[in-house]
Amino acid sequence: MIEINKVHKSFGDLEVIKGVDLTVDKGEVVSIIGGSGSGKSTLLMCINGLEKIQSGSIRVDGTEVHDKGTDINKLRQKIGIVFQQWNAFPHLTVLENVMLAPRKVLGKSRAEAEEVAVNQLNHVGLGDKIKVFPGTLSGGQQQRMAIARALAMSPDYMLFDEATSALDPQLVGEVLDTVRMLADDGMTMVLVTHEIHFARDVSDRVAFFRNGLVHEIGTPDQVINNPQKPETIAFLKSVS
Amino acid sequence: MFDYTFQWGAALKALPDLLNGAVVTFNTAALSMIFGVLIALILAVMRETRNPLLNGIANTWVSIARNTPALFQIYLMYFGVGAFGFHVSSWAALVIGISFNNAGYLAENFRGGLKAVPETQRFAARSLGMTAYQTYRLIVVPQMLRVVFYPITNQMVWAVLMTSLGVIVGLNNDITGVAQEYNVRTYRTFEFFALAAVLYYVTAKLIVIVARLLSWRLFRY
Repeated sequence: MIEINKVHKSFGDLEVIKGVDLTVDKGEVVSIIGGSGSGKSTLLMCINGLEKIQSGSIRVDGTEVHDKGTDINKLRQKIGIVFQQWNAFPHLTVLENVMLAPRKVLGKSRAEAEEVAVNQLNHVGLGDKIKVFPGTLSGGQQQRMAIARALAMSPDYMLFDEATSALDPQLVGEVLDTVRMLADDGMTMVLVTHEIHFARDVSDRVAFFRNGLVHEIGTPDQVINNPQKPETIAFLKSVS
Repeated sequence: MFDYTFQWGAALKALPDLLNGAVVTFNTAALSMIFGVLIALILAVMRETRNPLLNGIANTWVSIARNTPALFQIYLMYFGVGAFGFHVSSWAALVIGISFNNAGYLAENFRGGLKAVPETQRFAARSLGMTAYQTYRLIVVPQMLRVVFYPITNQMVWAVLMTSLGVIVGLNNDITGVAQEYNVRTYRTFEFFALAAVLYYVTAKLIVIVARLLSWRLFRY
């Protein structure tokens, strides 16, 4: 379970998260929608400690993420994150990209790590690309590789930070299909997304972010089909 | 007018000694590069930190190494440190002096190389649970090395040429040292130094060629 309590986050004088409360239960898929600069991507980075918070608390399975005593590297092993700019490691082959963390972080042998990596790459449909370098792949393929890389750590949670925003429109579908597959498998996920229709289909709950706060939250039916607040209605109108 | 008779025979007889000198020259330069690269990596990381002391030390090092003659750096190492009672051999003074110089120049290149690796690469690595050290060693430095590979090659060539300065602190078994010994004995200055220059040229060219082959092998992406 991810418990976010009254989190504030600033970059210098600019406060981007202004006291967010959000709880994600085990097995739940929560989508975060909202305009640019509403703090939704930053919140994801705070959940696995890539960004620090100024106040409040974020707990994952009861462990305080932003406590100095927490072994953050250990905690990150169970929180996979996929970035907008997929961030493939360009100097490693697709297989090496996926094998690296299982070997170096989990201490698996080369053979074990390779088995895990090949399985995950097959899972995302890249079984025939394991020997190539990421630079030769399309954006959608690189993003699926990034998903496989995160999954190879057998995380309990997956965070998606606008995973399809940097992709050409015809490549969005293949990545969304992969995410949908994870949802069907029961993975606990937080999706920051601009794909409203996708969010509606795949999510258990949808949160609309505005000005660094959760402005409206509920089931997809409540928030997307029957939004109550005028700002939510205006936002949905602007993106549809 | 021009009444000097070239005596290439005498110079060619010295060739085996000069070739042995070339080995010393190359080894000295290579060793100073190993030290230079390692120190430069540390300096580059020190300059990335927000600790003013580490910053200050690294910046001073880079600044002095880049803005004073390499000859003085070697000279000061030999005589300056000697004045404090530490006796270092000619060869050691040369290695330390050139390593100091290499580190200064390379640290500047490495800084550029580090900047060329996007911050998001670090985020991606850390998000997989890697430590900061693993992230540098496995993700950042390998990518940086590609960016700084040609500057490193350049510096290696410079290091080879800088070893010729060893003669001022009395080194007598590198290319220049051997040439100088023959020169003193025979006064065939031109012949010996011309031949020495050829050896430097060939050594430098070989380094560039090997580096190019190596880069094809290393940077497959």
